[in-house]
Amino acid sequence: MADYGLLIDYEYCTGCESCVVACKEEHKLPVGKWGIRVLDDGPWQKDDSGEGGNCFNWNKIPVPTDLCDLCADRVAAGKDPSCVHHCQAFCMEFGTIEELAAKLAKKPKQVLWAPCE
Amino acid sequence: MEFKNDLGKPWTYEDGDFTVVRTSMWSPPGCHPVGCGLKLYVDKDGRLDHVEGDENNPITKGRLCARCLALKDYVYNPSRVIYPMKRDPEFRGQHDKWERITWEEAFAIVKEKRDYFRDTYGAESMAVFSGTGRSGGILVSDMAQAVLGTPNACYTQSGYACYQPRSMSCSHVLGAYYPEMDYAGGLEGTYDNPVYRVPEVMVMWGKMPLASNGDGLWGHAVIDLMKRGAKLISVDPRVNWLATRAEVHLRVRPGTDTAMAMAWLWVIINEDLYDHEFVECWTYGFAEFADRINDPEMGMTPEKAAEICEVPVEDIYKAARMYAAAKPASIAWGLAFDQNQNGNQAAHCVLALMAITGNIDVPGGQIVAEIDPAPGVKDELAVDGEKAEFNLDKADAGADDNSAEDAARPTRRIGWDSLPEELRDKTIGYKEYPLYVDNIRNAQADIMFDAMTKGEPYRIRMGWIQSTTLLAPTCCAQPHGWYEGLKNLEFCMATDLFITPAIEAACDLFLPLASCAEKDDVVMTHYGGSPVFYGAVNKAVDVGEVKADMDLIIELGEYLDQDCLKDENGERMFKDLEDFLTQRRTSGPIRMDFDSLRKRVGYQRGVNYRKYETGKLRPDRHPGFLTPTGRVELWSTAYAQYGEDPLPYYQEPAFSPHKDPELAEKYPFILTTGARNYASFHAEHRQIPVLRELHPNPIIEIHPEDAAEIGVAEGQWVEIKNDFGRAKFKAVVSPVVKKGTVQTDHGWWFPEMPADDEARDEIVPVGEILEDGPLEFDVNGTHIRNGYVKTDHADEKGLYGLWQSNVNDLVSNHYNSKLGYGGPYKCNCCSIAPLKESYDTDMDLVVEKFGKLV
Repeated sequence: MADYGLLIDYEYCTGCESCVVACKEEHKLPVGKWGIRVLDDGPWQKDDSGEGGNCFNWNKIPVPTDLCDLCADRVAAGKDPSCVHHCQAFCMEFGTIEELAAKLAKKPKQVLWAPCE
Repeated sequence: MEFKNDLGKPWTYEDGDFTVVRTSMWSPPGCHPVGCGLKLYVDKDGRLDHVEGDENNPITKGRLCARCLALKDYVYNPSRVIYPMKRDPEFRGQHDKWERITWEEAFAIVKEKRDYFRDTYGAESMAVFSGTGRSGGILVSDMAQAVLGTPNACYTQSGYACYQPRSMSCSHVLGAYYPEMDYAGGLEGTYDNPVYRVPEVMVMWGKMPLASNGDGLWGHAVIDLMKRGAKLISVDPRVNWLATRAEVHLRVRPGTDTAMAMAWLWVIINEDLYDHEFVECWTYGFAEFADRINDPEMGMTPEKAAEICEVPVEDIYKAARMYAAAKPASIAWGLAFDQNQNGNQAAHCVLALMAITGNIDVPGGQIVAEIDPAPGVKDELAVDGEKAEFNLDKADAGADDNSAEDAARPTRRIGWDSLPEELRDKTIGYKEYPLYVDNIRNAQADIMFDAMTKGEPYRIRMGWIQSTTLLAPTCCAQPHGWYEGLKNLEFCMATDLFITPAIEAACDLFLPLASCAEKDDVVMTHYGGSPVFYGAVNKAVDVGEVKADMDLIIELGEYLDQDCLKDENGERMFKDLEDFLTQRRTSGPIRMDFDSLRKRVGYQRGVNYRKYETGKLRPDRHPGFLTPTGRVELWSTAYAQYGEDPLPYYQEPAFSPHKDPELAEKYPFILTTGARNYASFHAEHRQIPVLRELHPNPIIEIHPEDAAEIGVAEGQWVEIKNDFGRAKFKAVVSPVVKKGTVQTDHGWWFPEMPADDEARDEIVPVGEILEDGPLEFDVNGTHIRNGYVKTDHADEKGLYGLWQSNVNDLVSNHYNSKLGYGGPYKCNCCSIAPLKESYDTDMDLVVEKFGKLV
């Protein structure tokens, strides 16, 4: 799957952990092992505009782990990876690195992962 | 990339080795009634193998939350109980004394007890207790009034501090059922439907719908709408994730929402930003309302609100102007309105905001449910083209027969109507809070607490705990008091899937419930009172001998020979579950039988906007709203009639640091509770390892400066305390809370701990212990005489860690509004002491106990 990746729009990732549990259920991963995790940057105050508005930085960033195989079995059966399918914010996309890189260039606050060979 | 999908598949189909059943999930496990689309994959042995989100669901479109993704871990959890069981009352509290019995024996026990208590003490000596989010919650009145024949159905939360305070205000101020933000859920094609408008501004007021999906509002619709250009305003003491994406975030001091809403109204009225046509045609009492807002004593300028709410005044102006200028604008308003003694007034103000800005029942604004015409009334406009011509002289100001709540949910009163008037009059709390009891036909929770603990106004002797963990509460205040109260019951039964602490402590009979994978049901946004969505919960598997709560109404009601559950020929009114669902759920509002809905899986109801112009908000098909004046009552005739101020006013929270300096010195922190997280539905899901792993410990959020001052490190355990109780939490040091405020989890118990572990801490005595009757026995070393318990609890057991982190122990009953609503769950006070010990959850133990499915 070296040519494939996950594009994640972290402007909209809410940190709902659906990807985490979808992955664990799909791959039958026990407590203590993960195929993807949501890292949490914030909240911390990024400017002195007071406590209101969007003065806080708070981004949730799903990161595939060493155990991620981009749901090779599902993809072989023509289905999308389980994390992508269940993402409540519709902020994850699976595809070729090439097509995802083109989408990455069009909008800020995204990250493109190429998790596995 | 293009992927295969299951769009257009029938409600059930074969996929490889699996039979797939498409369903709209609702309860158990508890949740709010979104009706998220699930595909249940059932293997050849009839066992649920896994679930997937169903892309056919028009709202959720394949998306799913963590709790449903782990559904099979719930269904086949090793601690689930799937057979009826009984236990000798002598062994209450002991987990190893339950005995399996048949349903026949279980029903016979219920009949014997019901007959005894009804004939000896009167039917009112029985009560059914309920909680939130389970399908049985909306059946509690049926269970009490139709099945047992007692008026005392009871949602146990102090002041019904969840939804009802808002819903009552809607019914009486607005004259329509709950006005939800319009996220196009009822429209074919949702956001792309040509009649829909994306709101320019969405206000998240005391609500974080992403995790809660409150009352069926699909929370992530907010994200969908943000992507389509909607801007956010947040009114919330905490920085939640959505608030970090807001244009304005008003971090109000907890419990001051009414002041903030009045200040918005001040700006909108005095800067002339309101919709004159709507105000003139469709509201009642605007002049008096405006006078109140501008009143030097009872009114509220933005400057005064800034001081009360502790937010910058310019942010109040900015938010109010932004809301008023946006067309359309919507408000998602949440639990903060209910968990506040002043919440009826906050709700009144927010309804006024929606109304005077012209956002009621317009695309992208706030939508309300259409109601059926009265029998004999044609379904067309009664007064053609003529706008609201009403006057108070001909108004029926009674809340009972003409309320918008009944009109929107007409099927919920068979049991109540069957009770003789003298029995209805005995409903606990009817004398003190008639509007409360009339509006929801429940006993008032705080007066029920008195009945349970003190026997006043009379003693409750038989209980039925259903759809609530009760003592590990999401709901009840002073759970230690409820615990004493439960011991006063001479007989107690429960319907559930797990032995919760309350069941272990107090129950003599356990009846096992079906989960959402094991029964047919119907899920309805806002419990039926909304024009959005009806979904079929479709049965996919069988487990043990479980029954759905509706089966109990049908079968137990028949066994108990209840006339109100018979038709005119003396036969069962509901032949079976499917017939119940057709009669009670689908035939009226969506005009189809259950089988048709089953095959469709989900049904969008379609939205008719501006129904106040077309008569569809009133059974008489006159234009206007279903209030005595036919208009939105900015001056509320119902409030006036029931002894409340007809106009809004601000009231300082009872435990506020400004109200009582002495109290503030003792308990310097403002304590808020009730926030949801993705890993659990309130007290549920603690025994699901993959979910528990996401949120293993009960947490308290503390501001970094406070943490430094009191010497608490990230991850350290603390004990919080006030006059009512104490509880332990693990600290998360974070600026999500303001300095001086802390927020804790609620609904914690620890199913991995034994029922009979360490002794409880010091107990705050509750009420006076009465004595009568013939009963006498020991429970856990406590001597129970005459069904009433002694006050010495030193050697009592822990009941699955029930008393360790039970924040509701710090919440008192009887801090309600004049109408009996609301409780101080979100504006409480406490002190904090750092602890040396760690109480961290042992995840290995959780896995050991619950990891291997059965």
